[in-house]
Amino acid sequence: MIAAFGRRYIFSASHRLDAPALDADQNRAAYGKCNNAHGHGHNYFLQVMVAGPVNEETGMVVDMAALDETVRRLVLDRFDQANLNFDPLFADCVPTTENLCREIFSLLQNALPAGVLDQLRVEETENNFFECLREVD
Amino acid sequence: MIFLTRRAGFSASHYYWNEAWSEEKNRRVFGRCANRNGHGHNYTLEVTLAGEPDPQTGFVVDLKWLKDVIEREILAAWDHKHLNLDTPDFAHAIPTTENIAIAAWNRLEPTITAAGRARLSKVRVYETPEIFAEFRGQQ
Repeated sequence: MIAAFGRRYIFSASHRLDAPALDADQNRAAYGKCNNAHGHGHNYFLQVMVAGPVNEETGMVVDMAALDETVRRLVLDRFDQANLNFDPLFADCVPTTENLCREIFSLLQNALPAGVLDQLRVEETENNFFECLREVD
Repeated sequence: MIFLTRRAGFSASHYYWNEAWSEEKNRRVFGRCANRNGHGHNYTLEVTLAGEPDPQTGFVVDLKWLKDVIEREILAAWDHKHLNLDTPDFAHAIPTTENIAIAAWNRLEPTITAAGRARLSKVRVYETPEIFAEFRGQQ
């Protein structure tokens, strides 16, 4: 019996959207107030869904404490109270929440058992969020 | 195809315990959830149906009908109950969020399928705002 388990986390980070390939005017036009020179921040909500067989002995898809530990180690410790632009992941890549979502998906996918990570959502504000879904062959 | 979701809440108590295990192993695996006196949650249930809007009403299904189905099949059985002790659903399954989602599906699916208007697409159960499980049927 396959089910999915979901868990929500929060981290606070700053960023500035500024693409090196664009000039100052183009960056302002593309990113508006998100291009503010000194950056700005958000409380990001991260929603991680893992899917797999429900273990018959425990009734669980995943050990939540182990999932929490993986997310804490790879995501929260890295990005909470940090400036995303200074993270090596965003050295050549604008820290939009689309890109952040993709990078976190990749970090967790590589750490969790193969095929387990089902959906990842990053909510930048109450009104916008981004999702990466597991690619089904 | 439209996906339509109805949300409902119920309050229930439960504990996690595998009778095949020692007390020590239950406490090690399930931690505080193994407290035999139980504890409780305000659960939120999200029931998602998939179908096409009826050309005359514009409804995939009548939401009042879906509300009544959820109340009859789920809330009447689980709201203000102890899931381990008061319901047959968890006689042989630990009432984890995963198993609650599966049991909710099993309670809802026959009625929704028999109505012939839409198919049950998924059931999501929030144990807290930060913890939830989802069942999408046998895959």
